[in-house]
Amino acid sequence: MLSYKVNHLKQLEAEAIYVLRETAAQFEHPALLFSGGKDSILMAHLARKAFHPAKLPFPLLHVDTGHNFPETLDYRDRYVQEAGARLIVGLVQDSIDKGRVTEESGANASRNALQTVTLLDAIEEHGFDACLGGGRRDEEKARAKERFFSHRNDFGEWDPKNQRPELWNIFNGRRQHGEHFRVFPLSNWTEMDVWQYIKLEEIELPSLYFAHRRRVLARGNTLLAESEHVEAGEGEEAEEKTVRFRTIGDMTCTGAVESGADNVEKIIQEVAAARQTERGTRADDRRSETAMEDRKKEGYF
Amino acid sequence: MDLLRFTTAGSVDDGKSTLIGRLLYDSKNIFEDQLEAVEVSSRKRGDENVNLALLTDGLRAEREQGITIDVAYRYFATPRRKFIIADTPGHIQYTRNMVTGASTANLAIILVDARKGVIEQTCRHAFIANLLRIQHVVVAVNKMDLVDYNQESYDEIVRSFSDFASRLDNIVEVTFIPISALRGDNVVEKSENMPWFEGPPLLYHLETVYLGSDDNHVDARFPVQWVIRPQSDRFHDFRGYAGRVAGGVFKPGDEVMVLPSGFSSRIRSIETYEGAVEEAFSPLSVAVTLEDEIDISRGDMIVKPNNPPKSGQDIEAMICWFSERKMAPRGKYILRHTTKEVKAIVKEVRYKVNINTLHKIEDDLEFTLNDIGRIALRTSSALFYDSYRRNRNTGSFVLIDEQANETVAAGMIV
Repeated sequence: MLSYKVNHLKQLEAEAIYVLRETAAQFEHPALLFSGGKDSILMAHLARKAFHPAKLPFPLLHVDTGHNFPETLDYRDRYVQEAGARLIVGLVQDSIDKGRVTEESGANASRNALQTVTLLDAIEEHGFDACLGGGRRDEEKARAKERFFSHRNDFGEWDPKNQRPELWNIFNGRRQHGEHFRVFPLSNWTEMDVWQYIKLEEIELPSLYFAHRRRVLARGNTLLAESEHVEAGEGEEAEEKTVRFRTIGDMTCTGAVESGADNVEKIIQEVAAARQTERGTRADDRRSETAMEDRKKEGYF
Repeated sequence: MDLLRFTTAGSVDDGKSTLIGRLLYDSKNIFEDQLEAVEVSSRKRGDENVNLALLTDGLRAEREQGITIDVAYRYFATPRRKFIIADTPGHIQYTRNMVTGASTANLAIILVDARKGVIEQTCRHAFIANLLRIQHVVVAVNKMDLVDYNQESYDEIVRSFSDFASRLDNIVEVTFIPISALRGDNVVEKSENMPWFEGPPLLYHLETVYLGSDDNHVDARFPVQWVIRPQSDRFHDFRGYAGRVAGGVFKPGDEVMVLPSGFSSRIRSIETYEGAVEEAFSPLSVAVTLEDEIDISRGDMIVKPNNPPKSGQDIEAMICWFSERKMAPRGKYILRHTTKEVKAIVKEVRYKVNINTLHKIEDDLEFTLNDIGRIALRTSSALFYDSYRRNRNTGSFVLIDEQANETVAAGMIV
């Protein structure tokens, strides 16, 4: 019997593949939310495994704030080509132009919150009934309570106090017209699991994850990359440092850390020794104690 | 690395969230920014000490009321093992969450307040752990600091819990540990305040408890989840049956039977992204190809002809009712079992269980929120199943309300 033991990475892989196949089977129009960040890349990789040798039975959906790192967009376009996948891009700029949202202004202005509207518009426009997200329960305390199959009402809202119980590996994706689901195949992965698996599978990532020289601004506890979207305020001065990003999101709210980790092994060592969660560098989570829950209720990823 | 999934259960104020906070904190699985955030909120709330419960109580309502509402999943690792914790609330109205947390756990920690002893809810938690077939139970006698680390209070709890648990037949092993989650006694470090306790601290027990595999590697069961048909020139004739092995072991060349059609064939190959493999067993996700072209679709099950599952439309099961809406007499529901969805009608309620006394209730047969009992179901087409005791994957199902789409019950086939 001992030979039938599988290690934790293999167990997590089998679970994620199961969830991806359930999504394809239970929904008519699923989409995989692809940001070019490591979690969505891992999820797309697992989806290719789940349906091999067939192509992905659903498109990739990228909500583009217009403030993305160019490295992320390059990576995205190459990945889509290589995987032979279909890509749909929802532009926050379109939502702004249509007057659906108003852009924030000031030094900490970010389009992060605006993405929700663009995402919900894309869901409605394309009739998606399930969006696969790379969210993990270890990331944040509100996410710790999320189901694999997470129900969203007609308005795209999450009701955390009234979630469907989820037992064993039986998922209930039944829905009324207009409702949709967020599905999280990586729910049980931790940041360490993700990195160990990336190493094991030799998955290529955008260069932003690895140490490089870059001009950054120190703001609060984070280092933001200097760019046309993030400008030095009064008393601030950009400095060139060796940094890398632990998460990749919008340029306006994704902080870098000083690091010399220029390959996956070094990153694993760094994660093992880290004293800050990876979202510790996310300005968007720091707006209030329950910032993530409040955004999720509105329909955030 | 090994993976241990455990669940925690206790009544309101037994200190579950504090215990988990303590486990994470003392095993250095808490990050600086999390701790800082908790320190700040503890100060805001006027708490005297850093309130470790705030690490797990993530929802706004929970933080406001100081209670845990929903199952929260936590992750931590030590050099010995990786752990997934399902932290479940103890309120009476949230029993469904405990059943949910227990459904994927290998071990349950039941918290008992040393001052209150074994109370109704303790029995309820032990009963549920047993019902969901959790074989390892740890009774953590908490708040020992409030009884002056007195051995007699502890011994009394050991006696009364053992007495109750002797009637629970799925639990293989019960371990008692006196702790103080608040002060850290016997959680990660052995307590100096209780020299009379000779056992190891809780974390050491979690790291070393022997876990016979929960997966069944005897009865071959492969519920088909999805049919892979590439429609490409290169894989023109490829037809792979994708799924997760729910029991037993499959190898190329094995003679198999497909249910419900009953057609036989042999396994041609077991495919993965990395290429064909020599065997597949629970809980791996693979794709199976067969020698013969047979019409197979989602919901079918591939098994071995010499060891088929039970098959039929009449199902006897223990259920736990989750909905505030009562079970309708002869109610019709959607039943999900493995990858199959059928309709089911409640033919008869056999009895309900008073889970504080384990007595059968036969005069009130109406199922309301949190009720547990035995029913007979008739399904619209045959299910292929095993008893829950033999196989958690092929012995479990949920009932779904046809109109509201709400999951109203969890079932374990007898």
